[in-house]
Amino acid sequence: MKYIDDTVVMKRMKSRLQINKFWKAIFFIATSLALFALVILLVRILSQGTGYLNWDFFSNFGSRFAEKAGIKAALIGSIYLMLVIAPVSMILGVGTAIYLEEYAKKNKFTDFIQMNISNLAGVPSIVFGLLGLTIFARMLFLGKSILAAGLTMSLLILPVIIVAAQEAIRAVPKEQREASYGMGATKWQTITRVVLPAAIPGILTGSILALSRAVGETAPLVVLGIPVILQFLPDSLLSEFTTLPLQIYDWAKRPQEEFQYVAAAGIIVLMALLVIMNSIAIFIRNKFQKRY
Amino acid sequence: MVDLMIKNSDETKVKSPKQAVSKLKNTIEKKTVFGTKNFNLWYGSHHALKDIQLDIKENDVTAIIGPSGCGKSTYIKALNRMVELVPIVKTSGEINYRGRNIFESSYEVEELRTKVGMVFQKPNPFPKSIYDNIAYGPRIHGIKNKKILDEIVEKSLRGAAIWDEVKDRLNQNAYGLSGGQQQRICIARCLAIEPDVILMDEPTSALDPISTLKVEELVQELKDNYSIIIVTHNMQQAARISDKTAFFLNGEVVEFDYTDKIFSTPRDGRTEDYISGRFG
Repeated sequence: MKYIDDTVVMKRMKSRLQINKFWKAIFFIATSLALFALVILLVRILSQGTGYLNWDFFSNFGSRFAEKAGIKAALIGSIYLMLVIAPVSMILGVGTAIYLEEYAKKNKFTDFIQMNISNLAGVPSIVFGLLGLTIFARMLFLGKSILAAGLTMSLLILPVIIVAAQEAIRAVPKEQREASYGMGATKWQTITRVVLPAAIPGILTGSILALSRAVGETAPLVVLGIPVILQFLPDSLLSEFTTLPLQIYDWAKRPQEEFQYVAAAGIIVLMALLVIMNSIAIFIRNKFQKRY
Repeated sequence: MVDLMIKNSDETKVKSPKQAVSKLKNTIEKKTVFGTKNFNLWYGSHHALKDIQLDIKENDVTAIIGPSGCGKSTYIKALNRMVELVPIVKTSGEINYRGRNIFESSYEVEELRTKVGMVFQKPNPFPKSIYDNIAYGPRIHGIKNKKILDEIVEKSLRGAAIWDEVKDRLNQNAYGLSGGQQQRICIARCLAIEPDVILMDEPTSALDPISTLKVEELVQELKDNYSIIIVTHNMQQAARISDKTAFFLNGEVVEFDYTDKIFSTPRDGRTEDYISGRFG
């Protein structure tokens, strides 16, 4: 007795293959639409902005006149901001991830913490801006400084870094830890000599991607009242500053048509910065990733 | 083929006097390395080890056999408290290592594992160079002197009978070696901490027959200096290499005796059924 009837199989074959083709087409269209949108965006930005991309654009401060407007203050400001965010968020994020993965006992309390970290990752950035305004700007009197903005942004991307680091740590095979513990290594020795070396590529990749999100972020800075145009460079972590997205926002909302082109040039600079950061992340991942 | 047969028949001849000698040694009274008294272990509500009584002697190769899920791996992992990595484990009773209960709260697990090394089922070298793999143990115990480390690495690799194969590529990644070589690197890594006991949890289950043979020969050499406890699925292996065998079934020790006795005249019907392949 055979359960599979060959004639029925042959009869259904054609329609099965058609359904297969149909869905392949749907998925292809979905991909193409996304790519199409990206290409339009890039073409528009590049055609508008490249004319303004010259040395003066990088060496001038903001100006009322489109031809004199430059991005110097914003670019330097964004880089300073990164220099605060990167160490603060990575030390706190990786530390939290190590604690949760390696030390903490799995119980209701750690489940609760874990759930809240995931929830925090979904909180709108403007809410973090309000938090930063209350705590860093007002309570700690940091005002509109780089430090206040950097700490606020660190909080914003902290959940993302924690989750990425946790995943990287969890991906280190159990057998590797067992080998280390089996020779009498302590937890700390196992973490520094076995777990972290294997997890570092994943941790760095996640952190850099989170960092590039922070660099492109505007809302918390608006809440903190960071100025959109400055005529000087910050001289310490406590000085005022501005960033690329804020500067671009300011240019884009001006009525003069020329400023639209200046804004496009600013977007090219910001995108270049993000592409560089993402490339570094990909490079690190490919170069140092270990396979078991 | 002929060679092999001669070798085999030679071995069987040598084997019984050899075992007779080791038996004689035993009657002279060897010291107990691991004394297990009324030991119970639970994974959550699952009672995995029930009232284990087992005295493991110095410089013996003790094989632990039994069907899957009988608790043999759990038992060997209790001996270096590796079971504690599973958070839901609870224990009662005692396992005494050289007379001291390892579950005593003042017994630091790091101290125990320096004396009781372990070789795992799947070769698990670190993704580091061969040298760094072997030097890992000595380094975590504070040895920094390059010359001493060099000596330990060579001695351990020689001890694991793999020195000649890897001496020219100590700086290459251990992942480039074959599975059998990786396992002997893991044994060398274990020797490098100069343990007293070596626990082996099915060390040849992932290896091909030739690598298996090499590891088995190695176990025979190592027993002069170490006490070895080996979990195995392979009954021929237990018969070939061990002095004593414990048969585990459903979390209990059914029988524990000299290997030749277990395999020729087992006392318990269940042991006989298992070794003759009637179940498990």
